[in-house]
Amino acid sequence: MSAVSDDPLVAAEVAPPPPSPWKRALGKARSNPTTMIGALICLLILAGAVLAPWISPYDPADQDIINRLQPPGGDYLLGTDQFGRDILSRLLWGARISLSVSLSAILAAMVIGGAIGMVSGYIGGRFDLFVMQVMDVLLSFPSLILGLIVVALLGPDLVNLIVAIALTAIAPFARIARAPTLALKERAFVEAGRALGYSHTRIIFRHILPNITSEVMVMATLWLATAVRVEASLSFIGLGVKPPTPTWGGMTRDGFENILDAPWLAVFPGIAILLLVLGLNMVGDGLRDATDPKLRNE
Amino acid sequence: MSAVLQVEGLRKHFVTKKGFPKPKTVTVRAVEDVSFTIGEGEAFGLVGESGCGKSTVARALLRLIEPDAGRVLYRGEDFRAANGAALKNFRRRMQIVFQDPYSSLDPRQSIGSALMEPMRVHGIAEGAEARRRAGALLEEVGLPPAALERFPHEFSGGQRQRIGIARALTVEPELIIADEPVSALDVSVQAQVLLLMKELRQRRGLAFLFVSHDLSVIRWFCDRVAVMYLGRIVEEGPAGRVLADPMHPYARILRDASPLPDPARRAELPRIIGEIPSAANPPPGCPFHPRCPQAMPVCSTTLPRWTIAPGEGQGGVACHLHG
Repeated sequence: MSAVSDDPLVAAEVAPPPPSPWKRALGKARSNPTTMIGALICLLILAGAVLAPWISPYDPADQDIINRLQPPGGDYLLGTDQFGRDILSRLLWGARISLSVSLSAILAAMVIGGAIGMVSGYIGGRFDLFVMQVMDVLLSFPSLILGLIVVALLGPDLVNLIVAIALTAIAPFARIARAPTLALKERAFVEAGRALGYSHTRIIFRHILPNITSEVMVMATLWLATAVRVEASLSFIGLGVKPPTPTWGGMTRDGFENILDAPWLAVFPGIAILLLVLGLNMVGDGLRDATDPKLRNE
Repeated sequence: MSAVLQVEGLRKHFVTKKGFPKPKTVTVRAVEDVSFTIGEGEAFGLVGESGCGKSTVARALLRLIEPDAGRVLYRGEDFRAANGAALKNFRRRMQIVFQDPYSSLDPRQSIGSALMEPMRVHGIAEGAEARRRAGALLEEVGLPPAALERFPHEFSGGQRQRIGIARALTVEPELIIADEPVSALDVSVQAQVLLLMKELRQRRGLAFLFVSHDLSVIRWFCDRVAVMYLGRIVEEGPAGRVLADPMHPYARILRDASPLPDPARRAELPRIIGEIPSAANPPPGCPFHPRCPQAMPVCSTTLPRWTIAPGEGQGGVACHLHG
């Protein structure tokens, strides 16, 4: 073999391999304080939700009628509601509903919407046009209205709530998956795959999918915040998970009846929603900046 | 010499509708009636200026874009009619090396995975055996086997092109279609990659369809050459004859425009008038007549016939001067 490599790969062999794009993005996100604060908030709420059965001081459904409408402090750290139920315990249990509904809805929307977007963009032509118009129709409904329609039609329960929220998020995921697919399918490696006899399924899932995951994941974090908000709003207007299951939206609504003499009833769940949405947005923004090719110095 | 690839009357038109509210149909005649034959182990060059349809020929041959008409025979078998398993089988026999080494590799796939995937898809080798073969291929193209674990962004353009060549070799093809394989590389790297391809050609007995706009590269690499202009082949023949003594006025202008290493032999640069016409609106008659210094009245009305050049195996030309 007379051919020599054209530049010093030997040097590259001594140096540690450069980190993968994912690692680089994570490293960048880690150096951003806002992202880290957001991540901390999210992790705390997640820990609270997961550990709720062990760390909540009272059973969230236990009624201590004698101590109803207790102000924060004392035996009940965040006070009690009109039935004498412990607010802190209900908040912790409510986080489970909030997180599980939003997470499963966004996961479903990500898988379905992402697949629709990739396949539609890859196939292109009239099919793509048709699919994207359907998505535009979906997109033209505000998420709350669409969620409202679905829950009102199917009836309020946990699964329907997830379906409703997932439905509102499919269209944005389809769009976010389609745009990079359109660019990627023009790249020579997709043609090379076809010349090598790869099936379209293989090209889409083995070669296009790994190249769009970062965009989709960033989108997922941001839409998780929206999902939390929609879930809270639906619970607030009574279309969420039915009482007595504690939900943040439901607690806020219940608190409104006593807003003048016991404002903490509405304030604490409100703060919980605010913190979670804020935390998720901070993480999402940080991840978006970290994976943005325009800001990434390559 | 038996033919590996026979192309007859290949045609590809791109049709687009433009305008609103009354859309007009625009037909770009990218490839029009292209025919040629590549023999076993032969390097066949396809040369022409940008936009003459040479890359479209390369892609249409592999059905990366479906040709509209014509026959593509691989060892006498009709490639265009193949489907499913038969098509997959044909894919093993013909491979392509792309122009842009920066987009020809999947950025999220390690080199090892990129080389082993085709072997798995075609059932050539799996696991440790595939890995061994991938390492051997890398060595064959002049890269250390340690490159298997690495990702495309860790390599230079020339190295990526070597990886692209190695990937094409994973399925043990007989014919490699090289679409401007070195035009995106630095001149020093070009020579190394060309040398590598020439070695592979000799060692493996590969046939090449070499698409390029660079005459000196074609002269060095190819046995036969076809000159394309506006989607048509205007002259074809042995590389030595066509590049030294072209018959078609366009081929002559191309030759004269390419720099010669010997200053004594340098003549005054010929002038070529105007731009290449749009393939959406080709001129009537001979497509080259608006720019041809030797155009005759007949050139603007009648498409020249294909005329066999004098002498055995000297190719042919499509020009009224020789008709």
